[in-house]
Amino acid sequence: MTDNRRPIVVFEQVSKAFGEKQVLRDVSFDVKAGEILCILGRSGTGKSVTLKLLIALQRPDRGKIWIDDDEITSMNASGLSRVRRKMGFLFQDAALFDDLTVYENLALPLARLTGRPRDEIDSAVTNVLKQVGLACDTQKTPAALSGGMRKRAGLARALILNPRVLLADEPSSGLDRITASEIDDLLLRQRNEKNTTILIVTHDVHGARKIGDKFAVLDKGRMIAFGTAEEVESSEHEIARRLISER
Amino acid sequence: MLNPIEFFGEISLFGLRAVRDTFSPPLEANQVRMQMNEVGARSLPLVLASGFALGMVMSLHTRGTLVTFGATALIPTVHAMAFFVEIGPLVAGLLVSGRVGAGIGAVIANMRVTEQIDGIESLSVDSFKFLVVPRVLACVLMLPLLTLFMDFAGLLGGFLAEFAVSHISVALYLSRAFMYLEWPNFIAPVLKTSVFGFIIGTASSYFGYTTNEGAQGVGRAATNSVVMSSLLIILADVILVKCILFAFPESAL
Repeated sequence: MTDNRRPIVVFEQVSKAFGEKQVLRDVSFDVKAGEILCILGRSGTGKSVTLKLLIALQRPDRGKIWIDDDEITSMNASGLSRVRRKMGFLFQDAALFDDLTVYENLALPLARLTGRPRDEIDSAVTNVLKQVGLACDTQKTPAALSGGMRKRAGLARALILNPRVLLADEPSSGLDRITASEIDDLLLRQRNEKNTTILIVTHDVHGARKIGDKFAVLDKGRMIAFGTAEEVESSEHEIARRLISER
Repeated sequence: MLNPIEFFGEISLFGLRAVRDTFSPPLEANQVRMQMNEVGARSLPLVLASGFALGMVMSLHTRGTLVTFGATALIPTVHAMAFFVEIGPLVAGLLVSGRVGAGIGAVIANMRVTEQIDGIESLSVDSFKFLVVPRVLACVLMLPLLTLFMDFAGLLGGFLAEFAVSHISVALYLSRAFMYLEWPNFIAPVLKTSVFGFIIGTASSYFGYTTNEGAQGVGRAATNSVVMSSLLIILADVILVKCILFAFPESAL
């Protein structure tokens, strides 16, 4: 059956270096609306950089990146701000703002970007926190949260603007298997209920195979495999086969 | 590693951006209020204690010299002049650069290292306007106020030291202290500390905001913030004193 969904994220011939170190070399892929792409690879192969390029926290040296028909590599600050409103980013350590409570962390973008009245912001924040199971922890600061709670608060913040594209950098790192599985379930539910396109960088093959539709494998800055789990399993690259294997 | 010219170019552009963004909406009122509390209220005990102690020490030193020349009546005058014109503003600037500068540098650098700044940017919030502008603004607004507290704490310390020796009355001490003090001697030095505040806020934020060296960078940002703020304050003081004397020639001591 042909998949007629249009790509919402397109990465075209992207290269990025930090000084002498070439992190990405001519990497290309696309992700269709409502699809979950898991990016796998050994440490230091450019997976997190790929996510940061997608939300323009870093700029590529070469290549083009489209988010929902907007080419972002040459965009100015106001254009990027508009594109970022369609995106959410779950950072590896959640990256919640230390000075603010969980509630304030979530309310900040709503108050700044939507101009909604206070009661609507309250209700939106409460709804998202309920989704991630943190409804009772609104007044806690990030320092008072456990690793799993911080991750869920980070996910809530990434979802607060109801993004069309969600980027998640190692959502299950540092978590026990049960908590990691809960985070995976939250991501899956977000895709199923809101048709959110999700790109996940992960080392957790078990979780990735549970929720991923497609898989991209990076090695030494090059993409060596891309496709479904079965396609990657039959890749000619041994590293790709080993990374996708649960054994 | 930047050469000195590149460094001053970068830090100047950073400061100019802070000035420009101060006047562009939205005003980060909550952040400004928080930072004013951090810079102002939390620095107050240090400034008051230092001013008081410095006032006493100054009085003890000047007394010995002025007694030799039979000019004990001038002790309050010399004391007030020294404090209001130079010691108060400069010491307040250096104290705040130590306490607040290190804090700003370390906090912003830590936010960079822990991806909090990226987190803010990813939410379409301008991290520079959210983090840097309130800190610079708070330093600019609070340093003149802290200087006033420093001046009057110094005056109180000086009076108590003098009272212990000569039992001078408060009224006489104050009348002698302000006998030759003109408004330019008082206003211009206090206002120049706004420039010191701008230097502290800008330099400290710059080192924090531009760090990229992980945990080690946090410590380095804090150290560089204090060293560079203090150095720039002293250099700026030379220029500002010259400007004040040019604008108010009668304010020369």
